[in-house]
Amino acid sequence: MDSETLLARITDYANRPNPYPLYAELRESGPVVRQADGGYLVGTYHEIAALLHDPRMSVDPRTRGEVTHKPPFLRLDDPEHHRLRTLAMRPFGPPHSPGRVDAMRGEIDQITKELMDSFEAGRQIDIVDDFAYPLPVTVICRLLGVPREDEPLFRAWSDALVAAADVRPEAETTETDKAGDQARIEMGGYLVNLAEQRRGNPSDDMLSAFVNEPDPALRLTQEELAETAVLLLIAGHETTVNLIANGVLTLLRQPEHLDQLRRDHDLLPRAVEELLRYEPPVHIRERIPLADIDVAGTPIAQGTSVVLVLASGNRDAMRFHEPDRFDPTRPDNEHLGFGSGIHLCYGAPLARIEAQAALGALLPHLGTARLVQDPPPYRQNAMLRGPRHLPIQL
Amino acid sequence: MPGDLKEGRIVIVGASLAGLRAAEALREEGFTGSLTVVGDEPHPPYDRPPLSKQVLLGQATADSTGLPMRRDPDADWRLGVRATGVDLLAKQVLLEDGEPLPYDRLLIATGTRARPWPNPEEALLDGVFTLRTREDAGGLAQRLAAGPERVLVIGGGFTGSEIASACRERGLEVTVAERGPAPLVGALGGTLSKLAAVMHRNHGVDLRTGVTVTALHGNGGFTGAELSDGSRVDADVCVVALGAVRNVEWLAESGLAAGPRGIACDAGCRAFNMYGIVTDDVFVAGDVSRFPHPLFGYQMLSLEHWGNAVEQAEVAAHNMVNPGPLQRPHLAVPTFWSTQFGLNIKSVGVPTYSDHVVIAQGSLEARRLAMVYGYQGRVTAAVTVDMAKSLDYYRHLIETAAPFPPPTGAADRAIAADVPIPSDVPDPKGLSHGPTVALTGYLPDRRLTVVQPTG
Repeated sequence: MDSETLLARITDYANRPNPYPLYAELRESGPVVRQADGGYLVGTYHEIAALLHDPRMSVDPRTRGEVTHKPPFLRLDDPEHHRLRTLAMRPFGPPHSPGRVDAMRGEIDQITKELMDSFEAGRQIDIVDDFAYPLPVTVICRLLGVPREDEPLFRAWSDALVAAADVRPEAETTETDKAGDQARIEMGGYLVNLAEQRRGNPSDDMLSAFVNEPDPALRLTQEELAETAVLLLIAGHETTVNLIANGVLTLLRQPEHLDQLRRDHDLLPRAVEELLRYEPPVHIRERIPLADIDVAGTPIAQGTSVVLVLASGNRDAMRFHEPDRFDPTRPDNEHLGFGSGIHLCYGAPLARIEAQAALGALLPHLGTARLVQDPPPYRQNAMLRGPRHLPIQL
Repeated sequence: MPGDLKEGRIVIVGASLAGLRAAEALREEGFTGSLTVVGDEPHPPYDRPPLSKQVLLGQATADSTGLPMRRDPDADWRLGVRATGVDLLAKQVLLEDGEPLPYDRLLIATGTRARPWPNPEEALLDGVFTLRTREDAGGLAQRLAAGPERVLVIGGGFTGSEIASACRERGLEVTVAERGPAPLVGALGGTLSKLAAVMHRNHGVDLRTGVTVTALHGNGGFTGAELSDGSRVDADVCVVALGAVRNVEWLAESGLAAGPRGIACDAGCRAFNMYGIVTDDVFVAGDVSRFPHPLFGYQMLSLEHWGNAVEQAEVAAHNMVNPGPLQRPHLAVPTFWSTQFGLNIKSVGVPTYSDHVVIAQGSLEARRLAMVYGYQGRVTAAVTVDMAKSLDYYRHLIETAAPFPPPTGAADRAIAADVPIPSDVPDPKGLSHGPTVALTGYLPDRRLTVVQPTG
C-alpha cells in the first residue's frame, strides 16, 4: 500500500518545500493511516484535536524505554508535566507574572528596528539570517538572562538537539541521538551555571527568578532547572524563526494579501493566526498510547507510535472552509499551530507578539521586494519546517 | 418565499447576553429588515459573570462590564421599557408604556432574575442584597469595600460560593448558610461538594450546612439572622443567593407554554404554545428557555449558563431567517465555569443527569481532578477542578455516548477511578437555592436512589 510510506515521503527532504499534497493524500487515505513500520499517521483535524486532549496519550519517551533521564515538561505527562510547567510559568505568564510578555512589546519593537537598520532598498538580504533568526534569539536571551554573545555556543547545541528530536523513520539515528544527548548535557550545564551566578543576586530575568524562588516547594531541582532552561531557550527561538520566515514567504507569494495588510495593519493579529494555520512552524508531534485505544474505528495498541500531522489538520476541509486558501480575515480560526490540550504551546503569547512585530515592521519594505529563490532552500527538519535561507531583493 | 425571511420586522424581548448575540447573529445571517430590542434594564447589554467575581473584589467596577459588540446589529434599542404581554394572533408585543410593538417574528430572551428573600419586609432592610444586576453588584461591592464586620451569604450554590470567596479574598468574615449537606451539592453532587466544603473551611468561611435561615433581623439596617438550628448569626451585610426566577410572568396570558421552569421550545428554539403545538414565529433563547436535548434522554433542559445563552441565541437567530429544511437544532453540550477560592471549576454535560461518578484524573487531595459522571452506563458529564484543558476530551466522550466508567489509561489517573460511587445528586427541594441546571421533565433523584443493604 502506497499510503504505508506516507511518513517516509513526508520526511523525505525532497518534499520539504511543499508537503501539502502529501498531507492531502494522507487525509484522503482516512483519519488513521497505518505505516509500514507499524506506527500510525493521523492527519484529520478532529481526530488530531481529540488525541491532543486524550489523557491516555503519552508524550514521555520513557513510556517506550527510550531514555532514562527525566525529560523537560514538553515531554512529560501529568501530573509531573503540570507541576513543572506551572513552575516554569511562574516568571513568564499569568497568574504570577501577568504582564511579563506584554511588557516586552516595546523592547521587541526596538530589536526589530535595530535589525532593520541595515536594510537598504536594492540590497539583497536573507530574511532568515538577517532578521527571522536574530530577533527571537535576542528576545529569548533577554527574557531568560543568557548573554547574546554566547549565541554561537548554544546554536551548535540547539542544532544537535533539534536534529535528535526530529521524526526520522528508517534512518540510522544512534549518532544523532548521541550528539543530542551530549548537547543537552552541555547546554544544561551552561544554563545552570548562568543561573547559579544569579543566586542571591537576581536581575530581571527568568533564570534569576528560578534560582531565587523563596518558597522551597516551588523550586526546581538542578536537573529540572537544566531541562527547563534548555527547553525554553531552544523552543524560544527555533519555532518563531520559521513562523516569521514562512510569513514573509507567504506574503511575497501572495501580493494581494501583502497589499491588504499594508493597507490595514489592524489585520496583523489575524494574519498571524492564519499563518499559524496555513504555514505553521511545527508540522508534526508524536504520541504514544498508554492503553489500547480506538481512533475513528481503528484499534491502536498500547505503545504504538501515533504521529499527529498538525499541519495537515490545519488544511482539513472538514474543519476549515477553503483550507488551502490563505485568508488573513478568516473567522473561526482555531488552528493547531500551537498544538492543543495540556501541551498547548507555552510560548504562544510571546510568539504572537514577535511575529506581529516582525511582520508589521517588515511590511513597508516588502511592497517592492521580490523573492530571489522560490522555493527557498529548506531546513532539514520535517517536524520544525521552515526555510534555511530566504533571500529577498529589497 | 424563503427570501422574505431576511426581511420584515423582528422583535427581541430581552437585552442581555442572549438578546445581543441573537441581534448580531441575525445581521450575520443576512437579515435586512427592522430589528427592535426591548429590555427592562436601562443599560445596554452587559456581562454578568464578572459581577460576582472581579466586581466584588474591586478589580472592576459594576458599570465596566458592558458586552462588546461583535458588530453593530443596527437595532432600535428600547431600553428601560418592560414588555407586559404578547398577542400571538395580532403579532404584537405589548409594552408597559401602552404602545403595541408589531412583529413578524419574535425572540423571547428575558432570562431570569434573582430569587428574592421571601419576607418582603426583611428583604427591604438596609444591607440585604441579591446579586443579579449591575446595580446589585455595585451596591454590594461598595458595602464590601466599606469593611463590614461580617457578611452572611444565604445559599451555597455557585453565586453564593463565589460571593463567599470574594469576601474571604477581601479579608472579610463570612458565614454561608446552606440548606443542603454542602456547597455546590445541587450542581455537582456529593463527592465534589465535599471538596467545596473543605475549600470553604480552609479559606476561613464559617460554613453552616443543613440549616435554613428563618428570619432576618434589623431595625432599618440588617443586624443578623436566625437559623433553623436555633443559632444566630450577627452580621451587617446579607446576600440572598437563593437562585433565580425565570422572567415569564409577562407571558401569563399569552397562550405560550410559559411556566416557572421557563418557556418550552423545540430543539430549534421555536416556542410551544400552551397545547404543546409549536409556533412558527415565536422563538426562545437563553436562561428563560427549556428545550429537549437528545444526549440527556430528550429531557427538557433549562440552563443558566453563559455559553448556552450564546449558542442558543445563534441557533434561534439562524432559524428565524431560514426556512424549515435549513433550520438547525440547538444541540450544544452544556458547559459552565466558576472560579472560587483559587480554584477553576469547569463543567461539561449535565452532572445532575447521573447515577454514578468516578475521579478519572487527579485527586481530591491534590485539588486538581477530573470527575466523570455516568447515567445508566453512559458518560453524561464531567467536571474539572484546575484541569480545564482536559474538558474537551470528556466533552467528546459525552457527545459519543461513551460507556461509563470512562476508558482507563490516563497517566494521572487516580486509583479511585476504578471505583464508581453514587453521584449523590440531592433532590433540588432540599437545597436553599434553585438549580442552575434543571431537567424539567422528571426529578433525577428518583432514579438515583441507591439501596445500601445493611448487615
